[in-house]
Amino acid sequence: MLFLSIALMYACSKDGDEIVPAAEKITFSVPSNFSAPAYNFENNKLTNAGFALGKKLFYDARLAADKSVSCGSCHQQFAAFANLDHKVSHGVNNCQGKRNAPPLFNLAWQKAFFWDGGVKNIETSPLNAITDACEMGTDIETIITLLKNTAPYPDLFKQAFGSTEINSQLVLKSITQFTAVLVSANSKYDKVMRKEGAATFTSAELTGYNLFKEKCSSCHAEPFFTDFSYRSNGLDLASADEGRSHITGLSTDFGKFRVPTLRNIEFTGPYMHDGRFYSLDEVMEHYNSGVKPASNLDVKLKGGIQLSTTEKEQIKAFLKTLTDNDFIKNKLYSES
Amino acid sequence: MKIAKYLLAFLCPIILLSSCKKSDDTLAVQTKSSFTIEFEHQVNGAALALNTATYKNAKGEDFKLNIFKYYVSNIKLSKADGTAYLVPESYFLIDESKSSSKLITINDVPTGDYTRIEYTIGVDYARNFAGAQTGALDPINGMFWTWNSGYIFVKLEGTSPQSTAANNALTFHIGGVIDPNNTIRTFSAEINPANPLRVRTDSKPDMHFIVNAAALFTGKTDISFATLNFTMGGANSVIVADNYAKGLFRLDHIHN
Repeated sequence: MLFLSIALMYACSKDGDEIVPAAEKITFSVPSNFSAPAYNFENNKLTNAGFALGKKLFYDARLAADKSVSCGSCHQQFAAFANLDHKVSHGVNNCQGKRNAPPLFNLAWQKAFFWDGGVKNIETSPLNAITDACEMGTDIETIITLLKNTAPYPDLFKQAFGSTEINSQLVLKSITQFTAVLVSANSKYDKVMRKEGAATFTSAELTGYNLFKEKCSSCHAEPFFTDFSYRSNGLDLASADEGRSHITGLSTDFGKFRVPTLRNIEFTGPYMHDGRFYSLDEVMEHYNSGVKPASNLDVKLKGGIQLSTTEKEQIKAFLKTLTDNDFIKNKLYSES
Repeated sequence: MKIAKYLLAFLCPIILLSSCKKSDDTLAVQTKSSFTIEFEHQVNGAALALNTATYKNAKGEDFKLNIFKYYVSNIKLSKADGTAYLVPESYFLIDESKSSSKLITINDVPTGDYTRIEYTIGVDYARNFAGAQTGALDPINGMFWTWNSGYIFVKLEGTSPQSTAANNALTFHIGGVIDPNNTIRTFSAEINPANPLRVRTDSKPDMHFIVNAAALFTGKTDISFATLNFTMGGANSVIVADNYAKGLFRLDHIHN
């Protein structure tokens, strides 16, 4: 089972006696344990050149106002494209944002983006980070001017889209060819679920999985480990960040945030929308004893989730089966 | 190959049309032509002049304008017999500061006499969430919210001594498509059947609309800048949209 499969294609020369390897073909395919994606490249034909251009833009710090940060600065591959050891994102002019940079993978299945779900299409998601004064602090017009005047971008756009024209639509579509292709579905959990080879849970992992299904999966639903809903998990009696209500204007959404995926959770700390917890132990202790009766606290969290020390260890053992090393180390996604 | 394609493109409408004919022997070819729409910006009858002129809202409060721009989309033309033509991909950004934007040309319109025009003030629901767009909908035009995706349908900025905001600013960014704060509004105008919009191959009519920027502040709810001087979506934007749905546009005349 290959997800982002690198299909090594061999083209034979005419006389048939010489084998010439063609380029690795970038493809997007749906893992067998996943549902149909929300984004399917229907209006954005995935090509090697489009992917390569999107990746180059993703890692280019010259796009930021002070040329100090790229998308990849706060979305690091070794952290599953989250931001290692940063509570909140760290943008231009050393500005600290107000929320934790979320990991980037399986975005093609996501219908809304950011902690508050304010952005509804993956293609327009980068605009937020591009324009935020505490992220890249620039605007798309400035970026387009830069790209038009910076080799080899005009050539790369020509290779990707057939014309040296550079506009916001092509910039955003090419970045999407990179970000939407980021699929993480090769963890031990996935292999067990798909009954691949000899993959089996250890007894601690299996007990943890059963505990997880009993206590966590109503929000962190399989196989994405989020139900993509917005909830308050009682971090504070009164949230300092309005969260989802900033988007909906509804007081009943105050202090609610998107349920984050738990895939690759081993590498995506710190945790929560404001990155307040550095370890999974702290997260688990929050659910065990720290849930505050906030006004919009999720009904399933009233009274918290009681977890013994052993249970915490077992759940943690299971959560580590969600680590996808193939994804984190895939050189196709690396800067160079 | 190319010739074959053109031939096919040419034949298709004929086939389509001829199949609709009921009892007519003649094969009519659907001809197409164009017309223009001119948007003349005013404030309560006076010509709109950015940055300089002072106007009064319905509450008698003075104000000046610095920015006035809005979307017109999904233009639909109807004939007296009830048949309608929806202009495909019709998205226009009209901007007071760009005079060329105030005269738009609608091409490839089936010829005929039209007695009604309808369009969306803003951008339809689907296109607000449809991913990276180009042309009038390009986010480069400063009419796209990045933090809460969607288009600003009408953007008016200015100043008023009554405004309690910093620098007496007026900031009216109207948009949002989710209930209860949906601000998509439709404008329609009946055209005098005695002088319909006559789209002909040999004549390209011009429709002339008066656009009253002060319509944002009256019509359903008279707005005082002392209490409402800033909105970017939400309930207050709905108040403004309900106002301008009534009085932003008026079909003044048609040159046939």
